[in-house]
Amino acid sequence: MVTDEKKIGWEMNEVAQKVALDIPDGSYVNLGIGIPELVAGYVPEGREVIYHTENGLLGMGPAPQAGEEDPELINAGKKYVTAIPGACFFHHADSFSMIRGGHIDYCVLGALQISENGDLANWSTGEPKAIPAVGGAMDLIAGVKNIFVISQHTTKTGDPKIIKQCSYPLTGKEVVNRIYTNLAIIDVTNDGLVVRELAPGVTFDYLQSKTEARLKEK
Amino acid sequence: MINKVVRSLKEAISDIFDGAIVMISGFGEAGSPIELIHKLIDHGAKDLTVVSNNTGSGHVGLAALIENRQVKKMICSFPRSANSKVFPELYHNGEIELELVPQGTLAERIRAGGAGIPAFYTPASVNTPLAEGKETRVFNGHKYVLEHGIRADFSLVKCKTADRYGNLLYNKTARNFGPIMCMAANTTIVQAREIVELGAIDPEVVVTPGIFVQRVVHVSNPADESKLVAEDRRYPW
Repeated sequence: MVTDEKKIGWEMNEVAQKVALDIPDGSYVNLGIGIPELVAGYVPEGREVIYHTENGLLGMGPAPQAGEEDPELINAGKKYVTAIPGACFFHHADSFSMIRGGHIDYCVLGALQISENGDLANWSTGEPKAIPAVGGAMDLIAGVKNIFVISQHTTKTGDPKIIKQCSYPLTGKEVVNRIYTNLAIIDVTNDGLVVRELAPGVTFDYLQSKTEARLKEK
Repeated sequence: MINKVVRSLKEAISDIFDGAIVMISGFGEAGSPIELIHKLIDHGAKDLTVVSNNTGSGHVGLAALIENRQVKKMICSFPRSANSKVFPELYHNGEIELELVPQGTLAERIRAGGAGIPAFYTPASVNTPLAEGKETRVFNGHKYVLEHGIRADFSLVKCKTADRYGNLLYNKTARNFGPIMCMAANTTIVQAREIVELGAIDPEVVVTPGIFVQRVVHVSNPADESKLVAEDRRYPW
């Protein structure tokens, strides 16, 4: 199943490129850890986007050259980053005022599960042995204007991630606006999940077969 | 004369008592006051409640304080990371308590504690397990959760520059929780890379006003936590 998807869908860097195309010039953007970080590499020519990292930097730049790493200049994933000219540093309460106060335009996050009404689960599988860790995810989805999810369409074992109702503990209820996967781009609307774009070689019926929640054609 | 500069790390932390609530600055290693933490390990105060975003890496700094069984409870947002081994093991064995708080709620609870605000409503965690049992209220058609401010007996904070009044500057993303933790403790203890004369810090750019700081100790060359972790160093050495 997984091999099928590798053949017919987009690669994740192509998905990241799709996300970057949908972020307008002048936006303030927070990227989650992992796959969402790829988005920063695809800002279209002529657009200026400012990246916020919740540990206190607005104007986050790319990773530093080897040998230039500064342990006191990191992103929310604790990776070394740089600060662009015009960047600023601030403390955590200010950083989350930017988030909860509605000042950040877009947040791109990963997901464990997404429900058909836009509920997101991305912080815990709820397994008793797992150490629960939430970070800033709940604040981000509560305060950022547009929440984009970027994710593989199914889990590593081929199970649907876009489902009727999340079984994992929620990060937030009715929060996701758009889902970008290796198979499709899907809008979460008041009218349900509407497929906006299919990846090359993916039919609507195939997409539906990989999705537990009911999809609608545009 | 006001002089908040103390001569030694030992003098800075020697009144931290058993059962104290201690805030420790830092986001991962950035801003973590590792020398103050190591002196607290030497000092030995136990049954501490520690408020810090993470639970430390490897076997140094906050992880070593936890490993030395001095921490009864952690209040944090992200208790695991690539190199955190100590906390997960104690947590699985039921030997340490955890209060998990969304990161922005943690920051605002600390800020509120320092600002004399006993509690506030936030949208973060609504309809999630982290809001269970908490009071909620609807404002303008949206649901919010009541969260309480936190105050500490002591805050341990790392900064870049200090003067004898306790005015502080930080370095890049090592600022993180430092300024709000300075506000929220009865006794704020700061390790500074450099201590400068009064007036040397431009009043326009002071980040933490000295009124929030009680003690400053000079640590000119703080350890690089990730290097210690990579070398598998353990504290006490």
